[in-house]
This record gives sequence, C-alpha cells and structure tokens, in this order.
Amino acid sequence: MNPEEAAAKPNPIEQFELHRLWPFEINGVETSFTNASLFMLLAALGVVALMILATSKKAIVPGRVQAMAEMLYEFVAGMVRQTAGTEGMKFFPFVFTLFSFILIANLIGLVPYTYSVTSQIVVTFAFAAVVISLVVIYGLYRHGFGFLNLFVPHGVPLPVLVVLVPIEIISFLSRPVSLSVRLFANILAGHITLAVFGGFVMMLLGAGVWAALAPVPLLAIVALYALELLVACLQAFVFSVLTCVYLNDAIHPGH
Amino acid sequence: MAIISSAFAAEGEQTTHESVGVGEAHHEGAFPPFQTENFAPQIFWLVIIFGLLYVLMSRIALPRVGGIIENRGAKIASDLGAARDMQSKAQAAAAANDENLRRRREEAQAIGREAQNKIAAETARQRALAESQAAEKIRAADERIASAKTTALANVEQIAVDAAAAIVEKLTGAKIDQSALAKEHASSTAKETLNAF
Repeated sequence: MNPEEAAAKPNPIEQFELHRLWPFEINGVETSFTNASLFMLLAALGVVALMILATSKKAIVPGRVQAMAEMLYEFVAGMVRQTAGTEGMKFFPFVFTLFSFILIANLIGLVPYTYSVTSQIVVTFAFAAVVISLVVIYGLYRHGFGFLNLFVPHGVPLPVLVVLVPIEIISFLSRPVSLSVRLFANILAGHITLAVFGGFVMMLLGAGVWAALAPVPLLAIVALYALELLVACLQAFVFSVLTCVYLNDAIHPGH
Repeated sequence: MAIISSAFAAEGEQTTHESVGVGEAHHEGAFPPFQTENFAPQIFWLVIIFGLLYVLMSRIALPRVGGIIENRGAKIASDLGAARDMQSKAQAAAAANDENLRRRREEAQAIGREAQNKIAAETARQRALAESQAAEKIRAADERIASAKTTALANVEQIAVDAAAAIVEKLTGAKIDQSALAKEHASSTAKETLNAF
C-alpha cells in the first residue's frame, strides 16, 4: 500500500495500536515498553511537574502554576469530603492520584499524534478493579460482615428484599464494568469520531471538485475537539466522583 | 456501543489485513483495545507508573500543597488578628482622646463661666458704688439749691420792702417804719396767697 492510498483510506483505529518501543518479557509475560507506556509516563510526569516542581517554592502568594496545583488539590479534597465524608479523606491521596493521572492522560491524548492511555479498556478496567477491590477490602476490614448490609436496604419488607437483594448484588457487581467502560468508551469514541472526520477532510480533498466541501468536516472537527476537551475533564471527574461514592459505601454501608 | 464496536472491529480487521502488507508486525486481532496480547505490557507499566505516582503524590506533593494552603490560612488568620488588635487599639485611643477633649472642654467652659461671674459681680459692685456716690452728690446739690432758693426769696422780700419804703418816702417824704412795712407786706402776701387758693 503506497502512501497516497493510505491517505485516501484513513484508518481511525490506527491511533489505538500499540507499538513495542522496547520489547522485553519477564518470566514469559510480555512487559514491553510501548507507546502506551510512554504516554502513561508522560502523564505521570505532567502530574509531577504540576504538583511537585511547581510547588517547590511553597509561596504564600502563589504563581500561576502553583495556584493551579492548589486549585486541583482543593477541588479533589472538596469532592472527597463532600461525597465520602471526613473519614473518606484517608483515601484522598488515592483519589487525587487517580483523578490527576486520568485528567492529564486524557488531555495529553487530545494532542495530535499522541496516544490516549485511557482509550484502552485494560487500563480503565485496571483502575476500576483497584477501586472496587479497595471498596470491598476496606468495607470488610472496617465493618466485617456488616459490610454486607450494603446489599440489604434498610426498612424494606421481607418479600421485597427477596427481589431487591439480588438486584443490589448485580448492581454492585456491574460497578467495575460500568466504571471502566464509561471512561474507555467515551475517550475511544471521541478519538474515533475525530479521526473519522479528519478522514472525511482528506477524502474530500482528494475528490476533485468536492474539495470545496472539505472545510465543513474541518469545522466539525473544531467543534468536536471542544466537546472532547469537555469530555476529557468530565470523564476524569465522573470516574473520581464515582470512586468517592463507592468508597462512601465502604465507609457507611447502611443505606 | 456494541454495534459501534463490532462495526469498528470489522473495519479494524480489514485494516490489519491491509497493514500486514506494509510490514506492521501486528498480530491477528480485532481491535487494538481488545487485543489480549496488549494487556500484559500495559498493566505492567501502569502498575509501576501509577504506583510511583501514588507514592510521590501521597508522600511529597499532597502534604506540601496541603501545608502551603494551611500556612496561608494561618498567615491570613494571624494578619487579620493583628489588624483587629490594631483596630481595637486605635478605637480605644480615639475614645480616650474624645474623653480627654470632652473633659478639657468642660474645664474651659467652667473657667469661662467663673470669669464671667467674677466680671459681672465686679461690674455690679462698681455700678452700685457709682450710683450711691451720684445719689449723694444729687442730694447735696438739692440741699444747696433749696438753701439758695430761700436766701434768694428772702432777699427779694427785703428788696421789695426797701423799694416800698423808698417809694413811700419819695412820694410822701415821710419816713416809714421798716418793720411796719414788713408786717403789711407779710399780711398782703398772706391775703394774696389766700386769694390764690
């Protein structure tokens, strides 16, 4: 396939392909350093730059970046305190790391030619699995079998409970799935849409007179890009708010 | 979502078939996010990177930022406290000053009143003295006038008697007794006086 053909047939899936930059394996498990790993590292470095380098002066009157770091800190702290209560603040470092990492990864992923870490179901599912494990382990540790009250709504007659408890259990089990798929699907769909519209522009440009219509999908890309910026922030927020809500269930299992 | 992903999965399959020709060493598989051989390397690096990030955040970044915010709050609170102290001090000083002013004004008014009273008393005393002196003088003058008047009246009567004696003497050539004339004059004066009433 020559380059012209490749340009004429844009592939919106190509951006999600994993490239082994440094292939190696440990004990037969592949642990290659890939482009995904590179952008995970970049996202983490972005968070470190924002939260550690920019706050090194510890200024009473903050500069721009330090003000941003403080804003992020207070935003997440407020979110955790409101959703999970004061006791939930022990999970604040975890929720903060989660939120800032997902946010920066989403935003970096919007830069052309980068890789969107959160467009991989395995990554978002790993996050969701950590969150749900944390909820279950902390709930059992804190309340013992009382944690199972989570599945038994308070003050509901027995016949209703027979129906309600299985529903509660299913809803709990579906949490990691919905949590991971929501983030993954939003980021994936957004990037595919952007790539598809980009492909439209390329195809129109290569289609003679129809090239005059090429700016239309280009404008659509601009609008979609704004939407994707919103989605990038919103999904990071939704993921962490739901994490707080689930942690709140672990802290206060009674309905 | 399922429809979309299967549609793209189909497209992905197609493209991977095509890209095999380019030499992209890609395994057979539907859609990159669902290729199971991609899972292990991503999880491996995610655990390392996210774990390190968590340690950095919980050990360094968050305590530091929390400390900065706390310090600022403490600084603002202490500055506000100091300002409040200063303000209350200033208010106390202003109140003391007002009190002082009020006292001084009262003192000044008291002094003024006293001086006025003294002056009024002195004036009254002087006026009384002057009035009594003037009254004394008036009384003396009145006495003088009265005595002068009686003397003058007496002289007038003497002159009249003398004149009458002289006229009688000239006309009749007879010497007239002064005392008889005076008696006659006194009775006529009395008669006139009676007629006047």
